[in-house]
Amino acid sequence: MSLILRDATYRYAGVGHPALTDISLEIVPGSVLAVVGANEAGKSTLCLLAAGLAPTTIGGELRGTVEIDGLATIGARPPELAQRCGILFQNAETQLSGTAATVWEEVAFGPRNLSLPLDEVVERTEAALSALGVEELAPRDPGRLSGGQAQLVALAAVLAMRPAYLVLDEPTSQLDPQGTQLVGSALQRLAQESGAGLLVVEHKTDLLASIAEECVVLADGKIVARGSAGDVLADPRLDEWGVEPPSTARIERAARSAGVQEPMLSALATRP
Amino acid sequence: MQPSDARRTPPDFVQPIPTGPYRGLNPTTKLVIAVAEALVAFTVRGWTGPLAVLLVLATTAVAARLGRRLVPFVIATVPLTASILLVNTFLFPGATDVILRIGPFTPTWSGLEAALQATLRVMAFAMSVAVLVLTTRPDELVADLERRGAPRGVTFVIGATVRTIPRVVQRAGEITDAQRARGLDTQGRLWRRVRGVLPLAAPLIFGSLNEVEELTMALEARAFSAAGRRTTLRVFPDGTGQRQLRWAAALLTAALIVLSIAGRLAFLP
Repeated sequence: MSLILRDATYRYAGVGHPALTDISLEIVPGSVLAVVGANEAGKSTLCLLAAGLAPTTIGGELRGTVEIDGLATIGARPPELAQRCGILFQNAETQLSGTAATVWEEVAFGPRNLSLPLDEVVERTEAALSALGVEELAPRDPGRLSGGQAQLVALAAVLAMRPAYLVLDEPTSQLDPQGTQLVGSALQRLAQESGAGLLVVEHKTDLLASIAEECVVLADGKIVARGSAGDVLADPRLDEWGVEPPSTARIERAARSAGVQEPMLSALATRP
Repeated sequence: MQPSDARRTPPDFVQPIPTGPYRGLNPTTKLVIAVAEALVAFTVRGWTGPLAVLLVLATTAVAARLGRRLVPFVIATVPLTASILLVNTFLFPGATDVILRIGPFTPTWSGLEAALQATLRVMAFAMSVAVLVLTTRPDELVADLERRGAPRGVTFVIGATVRTIPRVVQRAGEITDAQRARGLDTQGRLWRRVRGVLPLAAPLIFGSLNEVEELTMALEARAFSAAGRRTTLRVFPDGTGQRQLRWAAALLTAALIVLSIAGRLAFLP
């Protein structure tokens, strides 16, 4: 069982050239796959494709296949896909339904859509809030949260759907350092404890280095590098691909160019 | 610890059940009454319709202790009622019963009567909306309509509209500030303000459309288009008495509309 993209080429409706070309990936439950790349590299499109929103909801043309636990996303109904793969976008504001008076109701929005029994709606909602450690936000108005809190609530709302896979499209891009830390530590907990397969698109490579096992680099809609997160994020070509290396790699590079010798460099590299 | 066999219910802060005179009625009952009041005020001709509705509304407002909270709704009608009074009093077609002559202007008794009746109708409409809004939270109404099987799309639009207005206002403020920071004059004379609105409109509309696209995807990712009735979190009080009240209000309103159209209520003052 896994989320698989096989030779997937996707073109937006009304656009001549494909946004993604020959993408093959596999995400297994309990693993974290990081995706990095410059702006316009196709990262957000990859998220929409992996979650099944493209082409099912937004249209366009897909060649190749995308399957979530054996279910081909082409032709699948959106509610079916929603229970298998959740997606979190960059902007927390547009992910909240805008109809709930409290955070609790916002998180319960998805399970209620599935017409689940009330007991199960309550259980899922409280479990999702608790998984991210935001139970105290439950009575608050979702429209009056900080950016980091709103993103955590949006993530809790996705978790309440109990998907086997989560696609996170730059979940911290609009957050200040405090908000990034809040969401980053929640993602670390999720990766370790939830058993869900995570696909995380991020520019903040330090965060990815701390949670991902594997990493792919996208450039012009194609995968140009893949491997273990440690190896890919230490690749000297990251700058060429428009990706800022993690701070440890930058420090190591600076130290090397300043003439620091090998035993000291190894000590630097192993520092958290 | 919660016993494992206990039914789990939403916390108390989720859609609390309203209490008190009139407020404690089922949200749909209050909606039906408000619609009936507005329709009667506009369809029963003469003084009787609007005055009868205003009397009912005044009684309701006292029972629900709305008091001064009604004032903003009355003030909101002033531009419309002022124009109704002026246009009808001075330009009522075919009226010859002149009150007095003020240069080229000739107010008439027929025009004044029609204007006052129309003003009362507008006031009755505004008050029916005010009583509903001040005694019923939008999410209560949406939740009750959902429980009764109203389509998800309809209830979502009602709920989202109410909650989106403050966000649009905030966004308009942000765009105005950004435009000002780039030298656009959005204060001062009326013409300058009008010119200032034009650069505001495009980013506001396109920004909102972009947000709608993202919101649509986010809703699909939360199974918004799933079949079946959404799970109800709370059941608001309802009973035979309220059901009868709703039917009575609907049937009485329908009968009055039919009789009014047929001219059978002409005897009413």
